[in-house]
Amino acid sequence: MHRRLPARLPIGVAIFAALFFTCNAGFSQDLKSFEQRITTKVLPNGLTILICERPEAPVFSYTTFVDAGDVDDPSGESGLAHMFEHLAFKGTSQIGTKDYAAEKVALDNVEAADNALEAERRNPAGADPKKIAELTKAFDEAQAAAAKYVVPNQFTEVAQRNGAHEYNAETGLDQTMYFWSMPENRLELWAWLESSRLVDTVPREFYKERSVVEEERHMRTDSNPEGRLFEQLMSTAYVAHNYGRSAVGWPSELSQITATEAMAFHKKYYVGSNIVVTVVGDVKASEAMPVLEKYFSKVPGGPKPLEMTTVEPKQFAEKTVVMKDPSQPIYVEAYHRPSYKSPDDVVYDAISDIVSDGRVSRLYRSMVRDQQIAAEAAGQSSFPGDKYPSLFLFFAAPLPGHTSAEMATSIHKEIDKLKTTDVTDTELAMYKTRTRAGLLRGLADNQGLSNALALYQARFGDWRELFRQLDRVDKVTKADIRRVANATFVPSNRTVAEIDTAAPAAAKNEGGEK
Amino acid sequence: MRHNSDQWSVFRAQSASRFGGLVLAGFFLLPLALSAPAQQAQPWEKIPIPPLHQFKPQEPKRIALKNGIVIFLQEDHELPFVSGSVLIPGGSRDEDPANCGLIDIYGQAWRTSGTEKVNGDAMDDLLESKAAHIETGGDVDSTAVSWESLKADTDQVYDLAMDLLFHPKFDQQKLRLAQQQEATGIVRRNDDENQIAGREAAKLVYGADSPYARQPELATISKVTVADLQAWHDRTIGGKLLISISGDFDPAAMEAKLRTTFEKLPQTKPNPVRHDDFAGPKPGVYFINKEDVNQSNVEIVGLGIDRHNSDVPSVAMMNDVFGGGFASRLFQTVRTKYGLAYAVGGGLSFAWDHPGTFDAMVMPRSDKTVEAIQRTYDVLNSLVNRPFTEIELKRAKDNILNSFLFRYDTKDKVLAERVRLEFYGYPADYLETYKAALEKVTLADLNAVAKKYIHPDKYAVLVVGNGSEINPGLDALKMGPVHNVDITIPQPGAPAAGRGEAEK
Repeated sequence: MHRRLPARLPIGVAIFAALFFTCNAGFSQDLKSFEQRITTKVLPNGLTILICERPEAPVFSYTTFVDAGDVDDPSGESGLAHMFEHLAFKGTSQIGTKDYAAEKVALDNVEAADNALEAERRNPAGADPKKIAELTKAFDEAQAAAAKYVVPNQFTEVAQRNGAHEYNAETGLDQTMYFWSMPENRLELWAWLESSRLVDTVPREFYKERSVVEEERHMRTDSNPEGRLFEQLMSTAYVAHNYGRSAVGWPSELSQITATEAMAFHKKYYVGSNIVVTVVGDVKASEAMPVLEKYFSKVPGGPKPLEMTTVEPKQFAEKTVVMKDPSQPIYVEAYHRPSYKSPDDVVYDAISDIVSDGRVSRLYRSMVRDQQIAAEAAGQSSFPGDKYPSLFLFFAAPLPGHTSAEMATSIHKEIDKLKTTDVTDTELAMYKTRTRAGLLRGLADNQGLSNALALYQARFGDWRELFRQLDRVDKVTKADIRRVANATFVPSNRTVAEIDTAAPAAAKNEGGEK
Repeated sequence: MRHNSDQWSVFRAQSASRFGGLVLAGFFLLPLALSAPAQQAQPWEKIPIPPLHQFKPQEPKRIALKNGIVIFLQEDHELPFVSGSVLIPGGSRDEDPANCGLIDIYGQAWRTSGTEKVNGDAMDDLLESKAAHIETGGDVDSTAVSWESLKADTDQVYDLAMDLLFHPKFDQQKLRLAQQQEATGIVRRNDDENQIAGREAAKLVYGADSPYARQPELATISKVTVADLQAWHDRTIGGKLLISISGDFDPAAMEAKLRTTFEKLPQTKPNPVRHDDFAGPKPGVYFINKEDVNQSNVEIVGLGIDRHNSDVPSVAMMNDVFGGGFASRLFQTVRTKYGLAYAVGGGLSFAWDHPGTFDAMVMPRSDKTVEAIQRTYDVLNSLVNRPFTEIELKRAKDNILNSFLFRYDTKDKVLAERVRLEFYGYPADYLETYKAALEKVTLADLNAVAKKYIHPDKYAVLVVGNGSEINPGLDALKMGPVHNVDITIPQPGAPAAGRGEAEK
């Protein structure tokens, strides 16, 4: 997976949606209870293990959080982190092979054949078609030779035959996460599988997998109107930072990524200091920690990679993308904002909440309920990530017969209100209670809790920040909201992207016959 | 009730997955590799697997009232919340086809309208200030009111939910709002290739006018009136309600409260009995042109079975071998061996009270469409012609049985399952007997159900894709004439909401 589109305000609002509330006293109790249930340990290689005991049922969930994502793809190699994530399901020198020594030789041949083919393709004097044909043949043969040693899908098969549930991984711009749930008696087996693939990744079937990812791009971006629009939005809004780059990869780059590049990415970013592993469920830290320590100590040490030098420069001119497309209209506008490290991070969350959360939100009441011009309208506080300066989005889907211009006018009216008039006490209180509630609710789900603990442990070096963030939430004031709205929502900081429905070509439907 | 027949949901999850491992991982494949007997223990086979901790899922308390209403109470004191739901039999399959879309609109307008005492907007304000929630919704066979709140607000939110259940006041403005939402969904329904394929495949299997496939149109939703919403409410509220409560409450007090509310109601009316015809698709190739895509969405579809069918455990195992896992025949062939697509999946689904569908789905790039369909057919034919192996059966059993625990690893899942079984009239111990039956499935069973239920010559092949890029064309399949399906959205004089024409 890669880039997420904004979570949309569901038309009609989800039936079983739930928002919750509690008081701060409840939270300090929770923090205390978690203090007793959570054990952390930093291994000599820098890798952090976090175990949270929650013995509700004889199962556990885990998260491996790698603090590297597609934003870290080197120039000319967009899509690399995601490609590596695919590779992590292909097994190791022990699992997925019939004879690794021989397979290794064959894989080296594949790489050499690919490099030779790529070199000819990029020949400055022009590629020689005859040479390309020969090199392609050699490349195909090398792949076929390597394939003979493969036990297909063995890593996945072992996990699934042992009860792996919601077996998954996600590559975002900011990070890569691997996760699943299992019966608790498979903890050691899991530790073996997971640590093996982190350490002993083999570039098996790499070039086949690259074609699969190209198909993924076709599906998510090229054949999807929203995918097309958001790729244009991001590449327009950013001029320097990698958030502006296609996360799944530009076609020309994705199609030329090599296994050598993927393994170099692995070597640089899959080091202990860049990884947090969390386990939540029916486990006892006293018994589980030594097991995890034994397996995850194999991960190489090494310095935590430096963050990138590029900082997106200040935008000084409004930009607009208009996509003429056969699909129905969508309107989006985006404003640059700082990263999650900014003290104003929670203020952006407050604004997003007040303008978009539920049927009391300002955009719903104005555009959906009262003016009846939009099917949905909402804001999103951070996109496409939040580790680096990102974008605050407003988006709307016009009702039939209504236009993007009407969406813009109404959204700007709401923005002006945020700038000139304080939000109400009720609105601010709702934001705070909803935030507390959302956090509390998430505590009852092994996988959700595991993912959250991993994120906070990785970002702040302390999972307690998951609870302490509420102190910052509580301190948000009406003045903060006006100040941030005035600083952020200005035309020169804006990028607009919209789909304007183009008249479809004459209704042709004869493509089946050739 | 949400229809979650196993294989269908597995398949859907895969086709929608955006992730790297699940759908994507299986690429190459030497199908024989796994068939070779292991000579020595592999490293992972040496890792001990101790016995699983003892676990008895907590069953909810079932209370059957004399009037036919059934209540389930599931205590869960981990967090200070209480949630509840009243499930009401009767859904979109029971609506008047001339008003198709009524239930969707009802599900929205019921809550947004509110009651005599508290209108929907006031309810929003009240609930949001407590971060509580009350929602209504409609599905194919039921509607529901559900609520959730902090423990301290349990009584107040319950009273409000009951007011909404028994005294709704449907409002013209909110009806119109719901119609606009529905109209937007209709106007946008051809934007996404996947959505088109899913919808049109169901129409091929069940028939375009079937209660399980028909779709709302601008004309049918515009006919819905406030009186229709009230009539639907009056018609269904006297049915066999199913009430479920979970969370941090005192069970004795909660039971007393529910009895006070529901015991006084008259004897419930029996659930509507349906007499639907399920003929299955007309075999052939069907095509829908979409010029802005570079991938085809192929669905090969037929009729599935009803979950009451005693063959279901064997079919579930067959599904795993066919298209359920990475080592399944469909993955190994279409994905791994031929590398034809990113997303493939399929199976014979079983719905709780009517036949599900058979579906094999593949998404190849445009120019590989014909080849992908042919290879998928090879796999379909293999189910009938190539006997299943012990290795395939063992793998399917491991896959299904070792993760079976995740069907009841939370109190909410246990509760949801019991409500589902009660709603569809299955015994309370269904999950246990189902698991026992899965364990007993034999090779002979697998071969028998494949012969009984897999009929490649009876399926419809639906392709949504870019005709100008599909080369060779679909006539190369030599499966008879290609039927073009018209999905143009019918435009009545004016859209439901009466605010101008849809954009052309």
